[in-house]
Amino acid sequence: MTMNDGTTFGRRLLANPLALAGLLVVATLFAVSFLAPLLAPHDPNAIDLKNILIPPGPEHWLGTDQLGRDILSRMIWGARISLKVGFVAVGIATAVGLLLGTLAGYFGGLTESLIMRIVDLMLCFPSFFLILTVIALLEPSIWNIMAVIGLTGWMGVARLARAEILSIKEREFILAARCEGAGHLRIILRHVLPNALAPVLVSATLGVAGAILTESALSFLGIGVQPPTPSWGNMLTAGKDNLEYAWWLSVFPGIAILVTVLGYNLLGEGIRDALDPRHYRRRR
Amino acid sequence: MLGYISRRLAMMLPMLLGITLISFTVMNLAPGEPIDLMTSMNPKATAEARERLRARYGLDQPLPVRYVKWLGRVVRLDLGRSFSQDNRPVWDKIRERIPITLAINALSLLLILALAIPIGIYSAVRQHSFVDRVLTVFVFVGFATPTFWLALLLMILFGVHLGWLPISGLQSPGLAGAGFWTIFVDRARHLLLPVLVSAFGGLAGISRYMRSNMLEVIRQDYIITARAKGLPERTVIGKHALRNALMPIITILGFSLPGLIGGSVIFETIFAIPGMGQLFYGAVMARDYPLIMGVLLIGAALTLLGNLLADISYALVDPRIRVHDHE
Repeated sequence: MTMNDGTTFGRRLLANPLALAGLLVVATLFAVSFLAPLLAPHDPNAIDLKNILIPPGPEHWLGTDQLGRDILSRMIWGARISLKVGFVAVGIATAVGLLLGTLAGYFGGLTESLIMRIVDLMLCFPSFFLILTVIALLEPSIWNIMAVIGLTGWMGVARLARAEILSIKEREFILAARCEGAGHLRIILRHVLPNALAPVLVSATLGVAGAILTESALSFLGIGVQPPTPSWGNMLTAGKDNLEYAWWLSVFPGIAILVTVLGYNLLGEGIRDALDPRHYRRRR
Repeated sequence: MLGYISRRLAMMLPMLLGITLISFTVMNLAPGEPIDLMTSMNPKATAEARERLRARYGLDQPLPVRYVKWLGRVVRLDLGRSFSQDNRPVWDKIRERIPITLAINALSLLLILALAIPIGIYSAVRQHSFVDRVLTVFVFVGFATPTFWLALLLMILFGVHLGWLPISGLQSPGLAGAGFWTIFVDRARHLLLPVLVSAFGGLAGISRYMRSNMLEVIRQDYIITARAKGLPERTVIGKHALRNALMPIITILGFSLPGLIGGSVIFETIFAIPGMGQLFYGAVMARDYPLIMGVLLIGAALTLLGNLLADISYALVDPRIRVHDHE
């Protein structure tokens, strides 16, 4: 299926309540990220040692942390991290995967076997170990995290792109383009890639969810986004340290991660179903 | 079959070589080096002393030389000595940690299978029923739940508020000399939360996968045949359909190994369990190069072996797959 028929695709997507819910979550994440300075009731980094570990109440709706900072405000600012990590990491993974997968599928032969061996190699790496190694050895920064998550997550996209291109490149319209004298680059960019984009879009949307989960785990372990910059993952570290006294530190940032990841997953599944109604009937 | 297995084992070698080469390069290209950490506590460390340390750990040699030397030792089954204070052989350090991590992962795999297969079958057979919908919601929420957050919530609930379960370590203090059952129960209470947490992540994916396999299988002609010849529904589902739906699960289990092993870093750190994941985290933080390489090598080898086992058992159960010794 192609996305040529944009209106049908949009209508199908919006007719699916689960996909709509996912879209709503993602839209909310965008809105909260952009409007963070307006929405946050307090300064997310304002330390107030007279009001530490206050339970949720009228002044601090979701309570305060061990330094007296407002949890709700920190969560609102933390949304920016999740938004950024998801998009940049998946952008990198998709670009690398598309490039290598396309090269492998289009040219075949030695190029293909070399690239696909690298894919196999990367797939049997316990990838979290690799991510951990790289991140811990580099200076922990959000840019390093996004780069590493992206560079260890492109294999699925590469496989998808290769498979799609293998099935597309034998079609008649490619032959027609070649007869008209189009070069490899033009054929790939104008004729092959646009037809392979649909499954890649689905996998990218689901990939955003995975990237957000990985970032939160790294930040939780203390090697991701560094405090005082608030991220949902590093807020949970404080939750672990104050497990006995302050449940609110652990509960709320986790809910934010869960809802966001759930939203991206629902949206991804929804896009898949909207692109391919046959799939919808077969699988559900 | 033996020929196939030995060929697959031989194919693992270049893979392991590639993995170690990537890890070694990545690790050493990162700015900074272990000597910085060792001397950071001592501002009086002279450049000369630093050079002596570098020479002692072999860090003064060029990268390719160091890799070849490391590889030469590994071929002789020597993973080198840890950079840490105790300077113990890397293999000794890993050997005492492996059983714990493997045991937890094996238990959680068992738990995943014990729950995911019945859930998958039920959802497929009663597709669109109320229970199927509830299970589907559970699966989506399961996919989206960060494992470490679930661990925190369970620790707060069962450890802090209810006080039913211990929240860290593998055994209670002062149990030496206690009877077998006392120790067994104590160990089980410590393992319960870690196993639950590590199983949770895989549960959602595998039950979903089981469901779609089953849905696929029960539309096949041979199922219609089985029903048409009057077999009871139990036999049709439990025997004819289940066997065929189970086969792809074997492969998925093989592929889920890297995730499980990687996940152990997280839950071992949270629950303070002295396993491979915790060892690795400590090694990375201390830039203990030989130990990092050792754990990565063993982890990758375990993963490859798991995949091989999955492929072999697949070939054993699926008569359509013929493994030829001579190709």
